[in-house]
Amino acid sequence: METGGAAVMEVPAELQPFALTSKFDRGELTVEVAPERVVEACRECKGSLHFERLSTVTAVDRYPSEPRFEIVYHLHSVSLNRRLRLKARVSGESPAIDSVTAVWRSANWYEREVFDLFGITFLNHPNLRRIMMPDEWVGHPLRKDYPVEGYK
Amino acid sequence: MSLIQNQFDQNVITTSVDYVFNWARKSALWPLTFGLACCAIEMIASSTSRFDIARFGAEVFRPSPRQSDLMIVAGTVTLKMGPVLKRIWDQMPDPKWCISMGACSSVGGPFNTYGVLQGVDKIVPVDVYVAGCPPRPENLFYALLKLQDKIDQMTTLVKRPTEVRLDESMLADFKQQIMVAQIQNPA
Amino acid sequence: MADIETASPALESVDAAEPESTGPRRMVLNMGPQHPSTHGVLRLLLELDGETIVKAEPEIGYLHTGIEKEFEVKNYQQAVTLTDRIDYLAPLSNNLCYCLAVEKLLGLEIPPKAQWIRVLLTELTRLNSHLIWLGTHAIDIGAMSVFLYCFREREEILRIFEMFSGQRMMTSYFRIGGLALAPPRGWRQRVKGFIDVFPSRVDEYEDLLTKNRIWIGRTRGVGKMTLEDMLDLGITGPMLRAAGLKQDARKDQPYSSYDKFDFEIPTRVESDVYARYQVRIEEMRQSARIVTQALEGMPEGPHTADAPKVVLPEREKMKTQMEALIYHFKIVTEGFRVPEGEVYQAIESPRGELGYYVVSDGTSKPYRVHIHGPSFGNLQAVPHMVEGTLIADVIASLGSMDFVLGDTDR
Repeated sequence: METGGAAVMEVPAELQPFALTSKFDRGELTVEVAPERVVEACRECKGSLHFERLSTVTAVDRYPSEPRFEIVYHLHSVSLNRRLRLKARVSGESPAIDSVTAVWRSANWYEREVFDLFGITFLNHPNLRRIMMPDEWVGHPLRKDYPVEGYK
Repeated sequence: MSLIQNQFDQNVITTSVDYVFNWARKSALWPLTFGLACCAIEMIASSTSRFDIARFGAEVFRPSPRQSDLMIVAGTVTLKMGPVLKRIWDQMPDPKWCISMGACSSVGGPFNTYGVLQGVDKIVPVDVYVAGCPPRPENLFYALLKLQDKIDQMTTLVKRPTEVRLDESMLADFKQQIMVAQIQNPA
Repeated sequence: MADIETASPALESVDAAEPESTGPRRMVLNMGPQHPSTHGVLRLLLELDGETIVKAEPEIGYLHTGIEKEFEVKNYQQAVTLTDRIDYLAPLSNNLCYCLAVEKLLGLEIPPKAQWIRVLLTELTRLNSHLIWLGTHAIDIGAMSVFLYCFREREEILRIFEMFSGQRMMTSYFRIGGLALAPPRGWRQRVKGFIDVFPSRVDEYEDLLTKNRIWIGRTRGVGKMTLEDMLDLGITGPMLRAAGLKQDARKDQPYSSYDKFDFEIPTRVESDVYARYQVRIEEMRQSARIVTQALEGMPEGPHTADAPKVVLPEREKMKTQMEALIYHFKIVTEGFRVPEGEVYQAIESPRGELGYYVVSDGTSKPYRVHIHGPSFGNLQAVPHMVEGTLIADVIASLGSMDFVLGDTDR
């Protein structure tokens, strides 16, 4: 992604074994990783690539195509002034992915938000419950098959 | 005797119970600090020096519902917040009033979404609605004055029927006006 | 007191005899969602041992309006009005971030004058936000007069906003492709009149607080956190700078020609509530510097980009030229199409890193917009910050975070 100095246009060598595909578009680098290896990839990013901060975790619903959900991680390296986007695709049938809370503690709320609004389960998450909607809410509002006005 | 002679006019007034109670109630409204979103900032601004809500006797913002008699719902009420709001309203002692400040709390505002209550009047009775997103402090003051007018109509001892009843003369007047309006050149 | 009690063998045996009970000294205190010093509808569940907080659990979502979902049914230009209502203390920062993200998708070049006006107004927004923070933070700790002083200057800023856009708070003045309107007549004098006296007003706040013994007593050494914890927990902005890290998106990844301005990034190393106060006060002075520079070096030129498919034509052209009329009709009825792709634009909002992740599928409505509000990341650190401290310090710690619930819950 956008950098202070020279732009990172290619996937760093440390991340090569995890990268399924990669794209450099509008000054931002996106690397797609397999969902089962996302924790390893994140650990590598934090350790040897110095991405100390996790900016966001979010998801995009590609309904009705399959795999339905893209889980998007925005990483930020404060020391190297770099940004990177990791992406993992999971299917719409009982979507689940490993939690990265063990790597960055900040993932806790970000993943809870995605769980609440998209219904994607994060395995090994310390406190996976709804964060935005009331606990007794039914459905996941940010899914594309959920009406904007809700079911009132 | 001479000591109190001619002293009554200056010191004693004859009035009705309603008048005194209403005057007391409307001149010292204690609003609840109930800021929800953007409108809360304008509500705070209305209590500062440029606007100065104290001119209307409503500057004593109370954090506790039990000490206040006016709830200014300032901001978006979500479905998660709704039960809390209702509970706080129930905790306020009677008589109490409610101003719905801003488009969000009146009708949902720009948020016609799954999470937002489309109008706070679905859960609490609203006395005055204020339009705007967010309303200026002046708008809030206008609502406050309207509320004071409304409080003036209250009765303390006798319960007045709440519904408006048309009497015969009003109806006749109304018909007369319509007829006048329909005639091109009334005599 | 608590130590003596736990040390007593008699009490310990009582505890052991009743394993179900959580102990006689623990108390759960509910703070919020209607609480004057949570600055909105934050709810905190505090588990207390005497006056010490053992466990804190923030509960958010009381202002979750579903803005991200609503973006998907508005077209790109309409959605600008939603961005104001996310962080309602810094509406123009949100306008700017969203516009920059969509402009990046479109590949639009914004003329210098529009960029400079954006910088000027964003910095005034920063002042506006910091003033509200200072006023409410001070009133929480018990300094009433600072609040009135701060709102005096805030009204001046709101008058400038009203002059530019016609609205006090939700201005929606930045649009995709430039500005909504040309800057009004007489704006220079108004801004100059304000910014010339503003530094002396900051001195006034400092006179009231900086060496005030009560203020120092309530803030120094309170709410301490290490830098590593902060980065790990997702804290950004002035809090990070008060822990000694010189990080600011305006310098690191300059946007909207911030690289042309000369300003310092204030830092402190103490990482307590007092240091955060000092950082924000200094930021106000630096923002005033930026505004002055923007005022002096304001370039001439158009206030919107030369992109007829995106920017509405001038009224005059629309009435005389057929082409302009067609573009006007197209933009108003269906909006403009944005090429497929995804961008993440981060800017430095008054509270920290504000990021907009916009995904386009090539139509005139965003496919997905995700907003990373700085308050969301910052609030997450509340348990870490307040656990083990006294309950009276919670108010000071929360105040130093400067969160906005609209930004957190969206």
